[in-house]
Amino acid sequence: MQERIVGRVKRVNGPVLTAKGIGDAKMMELVHVSELKIVGEIVKLNGDEATIQVYEDATGIAPGDNIYGSGMSLSAELGPGLIGNIYDGIQRPLEELRTLSGDFISKGIAAPAIDHDKVWHFVPSVSVGDKVRGGSIIGRVQETERVEHRVMIPPAAKGELTVVNMVQEGDYKVDDQLAVVSDGKGYTEIVTMVQRWPIRVPRPVQDHMDLGTPLITGLRVIDTLFPLSKGGTVAIPGGFGTGKTMTQHSIAQWCDADIIVYIGCGERGNEMTDVLREFPHLIDPRTGLSLMQRTILIANTSNMPVSAREASIYTGITMAEYYRDMGYNVAIMADSTSRWAEALRELSGRMEEMPAEEGFPAYLPTRIAQFYERAGHMKTLSGGEGSVSVIGAVSPPGGDFSEPVTQHTKRFVRAFWGLDRSLASARHYPAISWTESYSEYVDEVKAWWNSQSQDRWFDNRRRIMELLQKEVRLQQIVKLVGPDALPDSQNFILEVCSLFKTAFLQQNAFDEIDRYCSIDKQVRMLSVILRYYDLGSDAIAKGVPLVKIRRMQVVQDIARMRFNVSNDRCDEIDKIELKLERSMMQLGSLYDEQ
Amino acid sequence: MMNSDEKLLKESDKALLRGRQYTGASRIDGPLVYMRNTHPVGYGELVEIIAPDGSIRSGQVLDTSDDAVCVQCFEGTDGLSLPGTRMHFLGEPLTLGVTEKMLGRVMNGLGKSRDGAALPSSSDERDVNGVAMNPTAREYPRDFIQTGISVIDGMMTLIQGQKLPIFSGNGMDHNQLAAQIVRQAKVRGGKSDFAIVFAAMGVKYDVAKYFIDSFEETGVLDNVAMFLSLADDPSLERTITPKTALTLAEHLAFDKGKQVLVIMTDMTNYCESLREISTQRGEIPSRKGYPGYMYSSLAEIYERSGKLIGRSGSITQLPILTMPNDDISHPIPDLTGYITEGQIVFNRDMHGRGIYPPINALSSLSRLMKDGIGEGMTRDDHPHLSNQLFASYSKVQEVRNLASVIGEEELTELDHKYMEFGEFFERKFVSQGFDEDRSIEETLDKGWEALSILPAEELQRLTEEEIEAHYRG
Repeated sequence: MQERIVGRVKRVNGPVLTAKGIGDAKMMELVHVSELKIVGEIVKLNGDEATIQVYEDATGIAPGDNIYGSGMSLSAELGPGLIGNIYDGIQRPLEELRTLSGDFISKGIAAPAIDHDKVWHFVPSVSVGDKVRGGSIIGRVQETERVEHRVMIPPAAKGELTVVNMVQEGDYKVDDQLAVVSDGKGYTEIVTMVQRWPIRVPRPVQDHMDLGTPLITGLRVIDTLFPLSKGGTVAIPGGFGTGKTMTQHSIAQWCDADIIVYIGCGERGNEMTDVLREFPHLIDPRTGLSLMQRTILIANTSNMPVSAREASIYTGITMAEYYRDMGYNVAIMADSTSRWAEALRELSGRMEEMPAEEGFPAYLPTRIAQFYERAGHMKTLSGGEGSVSVIGAVSPPGGDFSEPVTQHTKRFVRAFWGLDRSLASARHYPAISWTESYSEYVDEVKAWWNSQSQDRWFDNRRRIMELLQKEVRLQQIVKLVGPDALPDSQNFILEVCSLFKTAFLQQNAFDEIDRYCSIDKQVRMLSVILRYYDLGSDAIAKGVPLVKIRRMQVVQDIARMRFNVSNDRCDEIDKIELKLERSMMQLGSLYDEQ
Repeated sequence: MMNSDEKLLKESDKALLRGRQYTGASRIDGPLVYMRNTHPVGYGELVEIIAPDGSIRSGQVLDTSDDAVCVQCFEGTDGLSLPGTRMHFLGEPLTLGVTEKMLGRVMNGLGKSRDGAALPSSSDERDVNGVAMNPTAREYPRDFIQTGISVIDGMMTLIQGQKLPIFSGNGMDHNQLAAQIVRQAKVRGGKSDFAIVFAAMGVKYDVAKYFIDSFEETGVLDNVAMFLSLADDPSLERTITPKTALTLAEHLAFDKGKQVLVIMTDMTNYCESLREISTQRGEIPSRKGYPGYMYSSLAEIYERSGKLIGRSGSITQLPILTMPNDDISHPIPDLTGYITEGQIVFNRDMHGRGIYPPINALSSLSRLMKDGIGEGMTRDDHPHLSNQLFASYSKVQEVRNLASVIGEEELTELDHKYMEFGEFFERKFVSQGFDEDRSIEETLDKGWEALSILPAEELQRLTEEEIEAHYRG
């Protein structure tokens, strides 16, 4: 890489430094500082001075050190070989760094994000003379068993182009020329398998599309109560220990997206290791292949440099958009956006900017909005469809949802899965609160559920939400006067809700059967519970005491069906329903006669 | 004044400048010393500050620019004068010469001898700031450490390579608990080479003395390296103490293959010192005046625990912090909780009722527990049992709240059972003697004894087989 000296260091203060004698450096240009070649980015220009944020520990940088400009913005390298890889926040491959510098990450080391020597089998899908444009797909590479990588013309290519040169099907490296395209007026572009894209700029699309398809996660509380659309945005806020990470892991493992980008932004090292260790062994229930075959991981643990933490979110979403442009449904998990916001705050403080709320910079909401707006269900430049769904964890200090990051995030997401500490304390997982959470996608995905012949979903959902609301009010009364003061009919509502919580909302991520619940099973389970409510209410009206209903053997069956009924034997639930009807009838008949 | 040519020195010339000595500070403000007209000094460099009386103190470059260098002096600035202060920039970051022979010794926060005798020499100088472990090089911790304390082993199991802080408050028994863990901790089914690194930050002399005595009684003193920066030592030294201690811990664990247990007390004092220095530098504060980078600073300490693939050693951290005003949402416990793998939370109410250890099981958690317990590691019924204990004990809280409103007499029969269970759980399961070392089997059996108070149909987290095998109600 040809680099020029753009200036010299003037002052060093942690990960932010001031440079002087700046000539032709650009905003957001990628630079290397001193002979240690520490990676940095120009974040502010003022006269002949610049402010640079460095992505590695600044120890040893002295005033007067050279600053080398690379001429381009901090960019992600995009091409086959991304899937299954593990990166740090600035897209350095961690496995590769380990072979270079051992178990600890030493300073100033670099490695390309994808393997430039690896040979891929390329199958062209256009031929000489075809009309193409930026974003058009010109061929395919089988990247992993599961993912077909579609090689595209860089989206920045201008106007209507013609293929003037195209290679035959065969084995190529990523840098090899595959095609030459031209607009006939002197503009030509050489297409290879690899392209670079500045991480802070959204990749272009043709149009936004509606969000009618839910992202199925296999978690009942999400799919049934608070669904997320493909291309939607959701925030998961929760104090520490409420299970944000566990919920994110479950979704990453089981959701029906084609590609997962998992960003560990300021996460614990050991937890990241858990992901790295577990994902390759997890089998995707739909394809029977390893989950790593559809996953890109970014691991920027909390002790890695703060600026790289800030960049990690953008690196992740840029890779997600790249696969979206190929026509895939991508889900991106960011754990946690609060760590990212805190990185912004830390850097802003170092730049001595005027703080707004709680020390966060005034541009925090703008940055949050910019990030979430990169989600969506899009018509891609090549004419296909793809989506990026964003699932952002938020870690509010002290579990207090009124803090700036949670509040601003709420403005820009359309679904909210609030985690509740008291549920987590009782080991009710996922600890998603049914009172605080919401989803604006419910009406949009109704048609999809109907199209899956699950018409009961929408009404069942509405009914159980109503019961849960009633329960909240009844619980307040119980707190004051005790449960005995309530009539059986109302106590039964408490009973049904408590059953619904243990039998339906709770899900054990470690249980072979329970950890993933098919939509069919979800709908049937909820139907049985509502049936129990209907029949039970009738029985109580007839004078059957609540204790007798509660003691029915079938109630235990309902409580344990999440463990006992596997996804491919959903008809077992119908048997439970039959048993329920029979038991209720027996019970009721005793009282009919009186 | 330095001329501009001098500023454009090449790297090779820089080497010659290292070691130059300058006289005359331009400003002294608390622990910070500012000096003008130096050669280009690197960020984070180690500095020797020579006081007018000839004593040598150490410092570190906090801010460096063309005009001035800002140095923080670890040993305080008492007795320094503007014209009489000399500085010697060493051209390298603060290092610690590490050697196994430091076990059994008492050092100050910078790793210098505190007991008077000379320290063993070492040729292996390590940057105390450490470098981040590559996440792909980490090994996932899953080896159970038996502490002999029921509530910890049973419900918030400690795992080798974990960082599990104790969130306590002033006046509670956290030191006793830490000492008891040090005494009783063992890995099952094998002898391992334990070592203890103890870092004290801003604690009173008696607290340090308590630990020394307790180590001595147990006969582990030769296996303990102590880094003491006591309450009357300069506040700044505390910001470096945990880093020095962990530098030695890394050497012992990853070069010498030892299972290192690092006890750091009190992290609250570390954070107070960070705030002090940040305020002195006029930085923009974040929550409650603590600097915006406190999360990163804490992470740089806590994340230096774990295991590495292909190396036998491990670093397990047991930091102790006292929650100001018992407030768990205070920035210090809050940020700590986001970095560590769980927490052990003390409860003043339980302490008041004479329960030792006064651990509130419901707000405590071990994130690494799930993969370190169960069949082949502890006992097959452990995961479900602990789950059930949490659920039932959480129900106890509900019943108690209800009882406080409507009175105990009004409770249902089942609720009475829960009250009874809660009492047994706290008095017999959680509570234990300071010298009582319970094996994991005893712990689990005690757990079953508690659950047997409840009717079997209330135990929904347990399988029928487990209830069959262990339930005695």
